[in-house]
Amino acid sequence: MAIRERLSGNEAIAYAMKQINPDVVAAFPITPSTEIPQYFSQYVADQAVDTGLILVESEHSAMSACIGSQSAGARTMTATSSCGLALMWEMLYVAASNRLPVTMAVVNRALSGPINIHADHSDSMGARDAGWIQLYSENNQEAYDNFIQAVRIGEHAQVQLPVMVCQDGFITSHSIENIELMEDEVVKNFVGQYEPVTSLLNPHEAIAIGPYDSAAYYMEHKRQQAEAMKNACQVAKEVATDFEALTGRRYDYFEAYRMEDTETAIVVLNSTAGTAKSTVDTLRAAGKKVGLLKIRMFRPFPQEEICQALAHLKAVAVMDRSEGFSAAGGPVFAEVRSALYPLEQRPQIINYIYGLGGRDVTTQHIEMVYESLFDIMETNDPGEVYRYLSVRE
Amino acid sequence: MKTKAGIEINEQIGWKAISPGGIVTEAGSAQHFKTGDWRTMRPVWLQEKCRQCLLCAPTCPDSSIPVVERKREKFDYDHCKGCGICVKACPFEAIEWTKEIK
Repeated sequence: MAIRERLSGNEAIAYAMKQINPDVVAAFPITPSTEIPQYFSQYVADQAVDTGLILVESEHSAMSACIGSQSAGARTMTATSSCGLALMWEMLYVAASNRLPVTMAVVNRALSGPINIHADHSDSMGARDAGWIQLYSENNQEAYDNFIQAVRIGEHAQVQLPVMVCQDGFITSHSIENIELMEDEVVKNFVGQYEPVTSLLNPHEAIAIGPYDSAAYYMEHKRQQAEAMKNACQVAKEVATDFEALTGRRYDYFEAYRMEDTETAIVVLNSTAGTAKSTVDTLRAAGKKVGLLKIRMFRPFPQEEICQALAHLKAVAVMDRSEGFSAAGGPVFAEVRSALYPLEQRPQIINYIYGLGGRDVTTQHIEMVYESLFDIMETNDPGEVYRYLSVRE
Repeated sequence: MKTKAGIEINEQIGWKAISPGGIVTEAGSAQHFKTGDWRTMRPVWLQEKCRQCLLCAPTCPDSSIPVVERKREKFDYDHCKGCGICVKACPFEAIEWTKEIK
């Protein structure tokens, strides 16, 4: 029987970690993810887990310790936010290219400067090309469910890549909501025993990890790493199928919300999807043909599936909760618009940068976005495609 | 050196067969990586001046001065990077420091 509880997003992740009972957790506190290692350290003190908890002096060290530990063959986890993720930067690439399936909770927070502790996606979006699988979560339930599935996806022999499970700082991480937890035994059986393909502590096979790679070999390793990311698509699907069989909760690359007979839709990640669903319901009740596409898996990017899901629309707004400073729109916009390129009849597509540094996003704001899509549908002219939502002139 | 599947790792190996992350599966494999072509200066052993004091061999960072039965032998030019430390270490000017000509 599932357990009905009420937990914050951070509590949900810490609880998932407790149930998974990893070999090692190495972490350094940073707002708003601090509570995850804090709650987990209580589980360690209470001997509720067998985990070795390594408290380090920085996030660079946290990720380095994770790399060492995972190389040794230990299932390893961590959590971070914002500047903490930025300080891990160099090591993120090492974890991915050494093919080490570390699982990391990222509690999304704006990057400095000016210093800001609130939600936006500039941290994880900046790390989108580091070779990590990225899963995004609308609420505490999805953060919990994604975190448990992440272990299986990353550790799969055809993948062997690290995974970030993202949720919005404070909005999700510190809000207490109802949640349905799996039983300890069910989680334990679902993630299974970690069987690394290679490990430093295997006495029967002496190996060295992380060697110098000359120009004659480096490109083959990158091509192989790219293939692992492609493989993650299929593996994520299989893991979601197993997860659904246990919990009844269905996960896909994205959630298509009320996308049947839709003319306009917005594409969004994380908690704003919840706000936007409410707007969709209101507009649907008023007879408007609106829908929503919530991307759950941003890396690998499900390009063909997103193209198919949006192909029949007349106008689309892609919501970016981070600036890319490309002067041409945010990172999600660039990818979604590119995904639509193969279509002969493409929908009109615009970009909204929104919610930076925790700027509140309400149903009224989302309604404004749909209103602008209705205008575009009428005139068939997108106008300025790179827009800001609720910024003062 | 071979992959776990037993495939020889050389410059013909393709991306499907190469070891994930470039893990090294064999001890002492650095000798397969020839660094001699990095050299711009070349130490030349003048055998007639050499007194076999062996002060040079332990200073070499690349084990490029082989010692067999307490006597040094010719330089291993496949691995010598031409750092010149042995030239400084030799008290008898038995190692000549010359330009590498390719």
